[in-house]
Amino acid sequence: MKDELIERIVENVLQGRRNKEDEGIEEDYAGEPGVAELVQEALDSGIDTNTILLKGLSAGMEQVGQKYETGEYFIPDMLTAAEAVEAGMKVMEPHLAGEGASEGKGKVIMATVEKDLHDIGKNLVSIMLKGAGFNVVDLGIDVPAARIVEAAEEEKADLVGLSALLNTTMVNMEDVIKELENKGLRDKIKVIIGGAPTSDDFADEIGADAYGKDAFAAIRAAEQLLSGGKK
Amino acid sequence: MSQRGVIVGKPYERLSREQVEIINRTSLDLLENPGILCYHEESVTMLEKAGAKVKATREGEHDAWWVSIPEKVVRQALDTAPSKVTLGARNPENKVVMDAEESRVHFGSGSETNYWLEIEPETFSSKKDGREQVFPVMKKSRGNLSFLSRSAHLANNLENLDFFIRNVNVQDEDITTDNKDVNVFFASLNNITKPVVGGIADFNQLEQVVGMAEIIAGGRDELVNNPVTSFITSVIKSPLQVVAETAEKLIAIARMGLPVVISTSPQGGSTAPIDELGMVAQVNAEALTGIVINQLANPGAPVIYGAVPVRARMDDLHDMYGVPEFCHYNMACAQMARYYKVPCYSTAGVGDAKVPGVQAAVEKMFTYTAVPFAAPDLVHYAFGLLDKTQTFSPEQAVLDNHQIGMVKFLHRESGVTTEAADKTRKVVEEVMNSPYRMYARYARKMLRKGGIFEGFPFEGEADDQDQTLLKLHERFKQLEEEKPQHLPEDVCKSIFEKTPGLLPRLNPYAN
Ligand code: B12
Repeated sequence: MKDELIERIVENVLQGRRNKEDEGIEEDYAGEPGVAELVQEALDSGIDTNTILLKGLSAGMEQVGQKYETGEYFIPDMLTAAEAVEAGMKVMEPHLAGEGASEGKGKVIMATVEKDLHDIGKNLVSIMLKGAGFNVVDLGIDVPAARIVEAAEEEKADLVGLSALLNTTMVNMEDVIKELENKGLRDKIKVIIGGAPTSDDFADEIGADAYGKDAFAAIRAAEQLLSGGKK
Repeated sequence: MSQRGVIVGKPYERLSREQVEIINRTSLDLLENPGILCYHEESVTMLEKAGAKVKATREGEHDAWWVSIPEKVVRQALDTAPSKVTLGARNPENKVVMDAEESRVHFGSGSETNYWLEIEPETFSSKKDGREQVFPVMKKSRGNLSFLSRSAHLANNLENLDFFIRNVNVQDEDITTDNKDVNVFFASLNNITKPVVGGIADFNQLEQVVGMAEIIAGGRDELVNNPVTSFITSVIKSPLQVVAETAEKLIAIARMGLPVVISTSPQGGSTAPIDELGMVAQVNAEALTGIVINQLANPGAPVIYGAVPVRARMDDLHDMYGVPEFCHYNMACAQMARYYKVPCYSTAGVGDAKVPGVQAAVEKMFTYTAVPFAAPDLVHYAFGLLDKTQTFSPEQAVLDNHQIGMVKFLHRESGVTTEAADKTRKVVEEVMNSPYRMYARYARKMLRKGGIFEGFPFEGEADDQDQTLLKLHERFKQLEEEKPQHLPEDVCKSIFEKTPGLLPRLNPYAN
């Protein structure tokens, strides 16, 4: 019974079904419970959050990742599955708090820096980080450095992810790092950057902790930087 | 019902109705005056009986007849010629069903090239800095039975190839005119489960080839219902001359009730006028002549209007395929065939280029994108053909398969319907109210339904080199590993017992 429920969570992550309204890849899913409903059912039947997270949501996402690597799945599959995981996480949130693991793998603030409106890549990174089990607060586009740092402080973030697609706006990333330093937060909060004009070299130059060339690199970098768990 | 080929929703009409009628009129006038020059006595007798005016003459060493074909004889033939013709196949799911009143386009290979050109990757080191890099080196060999078998096997594995015309000429030492046809048809039929279409070199082997096809189909009636092999006859020597030997084959095939393509290939600038009207009027008259002889021999016999009009190259008078005039000619012919309601055999995708590469890709993509818009039933010459039909390259065929996949995709239906519009409104509303306003979820749905084109599968990894040819070579080698789909053992046994001249080395069950 419990195993079956967990299996259905995995299946629905693969199908990318957030809730009962979603269709999934095959036609005949509509109306059946999606990840949100199934996670609720699992919680109600007393399955602990750790099992739901590891054996259900993460296991599903891992399978999706493997399928991507073998070429069976593509980015839309990853995104859709990540959204389903996120829907499950939302249901879990109130229950996680009590168990002292409210931030999952860690809290991340994501933003596109000031004067930059590009957000397709940044959204991809946000959704995938959520799918990988991070708690992501996405501030959107054209976000001033001060606002990013303020949010990071308020949310007690472990990591700030910055995106820029213009070589005229990438310099604003450095402002965020300086602002973190000014506020004495830099040693507590890691910074990763990304976006077409940025690079490893640029990350070094401005003193960021890592550069990610795509959403997968973003997940790897985040996991590496935050390994050792939440402080 | 066969689903091979692709429906072209609204065939492109280059010519207005009035222009089609002008060409029709001109062709009919040409058939009356000057008429055709026919070297085949039986054809002349049939034509005369049907109402043509005949005048005997001598052309060099040969008897010949000027035949003036009146319009009513042509009309009569077009009335009896069927608008639906099926090319059969060893696997009946691979049948090609043609209907001149539909607009389904099928792509196939052809035609006998002298050379097989294969890629051999080789590592070179730079004279400048010693850096090593792999480049595709081309190896050219004379065609033989083994290459022919390999090309048929490859064709079986190219999902966008709908029918097979042998694409390698066999020049083995043990092949003579007396055993060539049986061996090339066997090598083809033994390696492909799609329709095989081909010419006969030696009239005496026609019966044997048909006998072989009968054994495969399971009897004479079965063969007529599922003609696992159909024929091509180049009955016309342009301009407007009927060749005796081929006319003989055409008549024999018609009487057997097997499908036959009337193929005529004038060259604009040498054996036909180079302007569109002149070329099309003549090639159309030639195709009609073939249809008339075929229908006189056996009214109602399955026949295909085959026009292969080509333009001359101005510097050496060789054929030239990758040019806009070639498309004009072929699109106009497709329109003429549709006007007559006879299935059409057309041409696209020959590279004038000698080797695969940029030139070949440009020429091929140009013609096999353009010509199918006019919706001929068959597009031959579309796979691997280079050097103005002199050379077959398997790697090029693999690329053509992909490009033709793009062309087929291009003609997919738009999906614009009232119901779909309701869905669109719903999706946009949903997305506008979601956090990231992304349509990836809906793209996924299309992707899984096969609604999204795969993109270019032969992209290399290098930043400083086009590696497409190397990738094509890898893919070709993979496809060569696919299990052959030979004829069953009992069928082979029976064919080898009953067909004189077959080389034992072609028998896949010989030990
Ligand atoms: C789409 C697009 C737009 C859209 C944006 C829509 C949207 N919702 O984002 C619109 C039309 C609004 C737009 C506007 C402009 N654009 Co624009 N745009 C693009 C384009 C074509 C694609 C960007 C994109 O979405 N790529 C797809 C995503 C998936 O890739 P990505 O963003 O790189 O993200 C990946 C990685 O970089 C990484 N990543 C991204 N962020 C992060 C963050 C972290 C933390 C990590 C780890 C990783 C990471 O992971 C992502 C997933 O793999 C690019 C061309 C290009 N090739 O990049 C030009 C481009 C970025 N734009 C350009 C320009 C010039 C402009 C305009 C100035 C044009 C104008 N004259 O108005 C404006 C500027 C607006 C502004 N103030 O920002 C130039 C920038 C030139 C430069 N080097 O400065 C580009 C390169 C086009 C070009 N070649 O000229 N643009």
